[in-house]
Amino acid sequence: MTEPLVSLSGVAKSFTLHLRDGMRIRVVDNVSFAARPGECVVLGGPSGAGKSSILKMIYGNYRCDTGTIAVRDGAEIVDVAKAEPRRILALRAHVMGYVSQFLRVIPRVSALDIVAASAAESGLGRQDAWCRAERLLTLLNVPERLWSLPPGTFSGGEQQRVNIARGLAPDRPLLLLDEPTASLDAANRAVVVRLIEEKKKAGVAIVGIFHDEDVRDKVADRVIDMAAFATEKAA
Amino acid sequence: MNDAPLLTARGLSKHYGPRIGCEAVSFDLYEGEVLAVVGESGSGKSTLLKLLATETPPTAGSVHYRMRDGAVRDLFALTEAERRFLLRTDWGFVRQDAREGLRMSVSAGGNVGERLMAVGERHYGRIRGTAIDWLGRVEIDGDRIDDLPRDFSGGMRQRLQIARNLVTHPRLVFMDEPTSGLDVSVQARLLDLLRGLVAELGLAVIIVTHDLAVARLLSHRIMVMRHGRVIETGLTDQVLDDPSEAYTQLLVSSVLAA
Ligand SMILES: Nc1ncnc2c1ncn2[C@@H]1O[C@H](COP(=O)(O)OP(=O)(O)O)[C@@H](O)[C@H]1O
Ligand SMILES: Nc1ncnc2c1ncn2[C@@H]1O[C@H](COP(=O)(O)OP(=O)(O)O)[C@@H](O)[C@H]1O
Ligand SMILES: [Mg+2]
Ligand SMILES: [Mg+2]
Repeated sequence: MTEPLVSLSGVAKSFTLHLRDGMRIRVVDNVSFAARPGECVVLGGPSGAGKSSILKMIYGNYRCDTGTIAVRDGAEIVDVAKAEPRRILALRAHVMGYVSQFLRVIPRVSALDIVAASAAESGLGRQDAWCRAERLLTLLNVPERLWSLPPGTFSGGEQQRVNIARGLAPDRPLLLLDEPTASLDAANRAVVVRLIEEKKKAGVAIVGIFHDEDVRDKVADRVIDMAAFATEKAA
Repeated sequence: MNDAPLLTARGLSKHYGPRIGCEAVSFDLYEGEVLAVVGESGSGKSTLLKLLATETPPTAGSVHYRMRDGAVRDLFALTEAERRFLLRTDWGFVRQDAREGLRMSVSAGGNVGERLMAVGERHYGRIRGTAIDWLGRVEIDGDRIDDLPRDFSGGMRQRLQIARNLVTHPRLVFMDEPTSGLDVSVQARLLDLLRGLVAELGLAVIIVTHDLAVARLLSHRIMVMRHGRVIETGLTDQVLDDPSEAYTQLLVSSVLAA
């Protein structure tokens, strides 16, 4: 079997809220799982179980208290839990992408440029990046008349689709998906399913959170129940 | 890209008599890295920047810098000529008050051209051509080249200051609150411009700001200062989204107005 692209082992996460008398929220404990090339691992469990926190720890956006998060960058294995900021940024550029349902709007940059620039970040040439951006925006039903406009004024649904296009445009071997399909209509959900299947065929490893059962059933190779990582919730 | 740090600070302290400016600050900065120094007013941010730019001597500690030829030098042991060379060519310093960073009695073109002349350019036509090019890059109309910065708006002055600093292709730029004191919409445009230029030129930047939104937009890494000391440091979005120190949580929750 091929080596995992990401492998978590003994990862724990808690938050200490100093502004609330040091209240401690224990989110997850002893998180251990791995995702291999071409595999889609889905985190399942109720809201508040710590699914998003796990994706954010893999991405280096949240720290972790204990454990290791091994991400494979070519021949090298990097432990995100201990890596220098610039090493994490290099992983984000070349190895791991993160898609949530929210678009961070950059003023004055058009939808097409946002998506093309994102594709170019992972090393695609200018022309290829452009073509891919057009294809994704077309597939995701973002009307062509909007492509040259900054998405700041788009509807919520249009912004979300631009965001998905941006997140799926680059070629990176590891993809973290945090409910990208939440509140999409059935037609666009089907498009996202197809795009995720393309990624898997291309050998991308995916760790995802999906609200909709139909999407989850179609893309998941394995569902990991967050109950396995539960802490004793008593504060 | 060279894998050795561009700048290394160790145990850097500055005392003003009994008062602490900054205390025991250590960090490495790499080429192309943007480091934001945040903290409320009086936390020692500007003092640290002045030490790094050799504008004031430290009470203790050292700063080493890798010169263009690869030699690593102790910044406080440079000759005056070497120091001037760094200030004029390899470094930039963008100040909050453009009047301190510009020569107000010299035309916009002159402000940009002066730095070029400092690195040996003598050809008038080329200097003027480069100045027009740089005014364009900071979105100032070429036909303003002979105007004095005095007649410019706050935002334009700040953009001129940026052009003056970047025209020599420095490797390291210090910025002290470059967007403070500007209207919000002017700030947004300036930030946009800075972000583009910094990425395009691969600049290393140390930017002092009390504005966490500025830090989030521009920087890769953050150092949080309080009472002269660095109390938390890390990847920018990590420090802002998952702050661990009580003081950083307070800053992020914007309870503290800086
Ligand atoms: N930055 C944060 N600061 C404090 N608490 C947080 C933070 N992020 C998440 N939490 C808390 O961690 C718990 C798990 O949240 P999350 O990972 O978003 O769960 P899920 O994605 O499964 O709904 C929740 O109690 C949430 O309030
Ligand atoms: N030239 C000076 N003489 C005496 N005290 C100073 C001088 N400059 C700064 N300080 C003091 O050093 C501390 C840090 O100031 P400064 O570096 O300007 O902080 P910041 O830039 O974070 O607002 C403050 O207590 C300030 O009063
Ligand atoms: Mg979530
Ligand atoms: Mg200051």
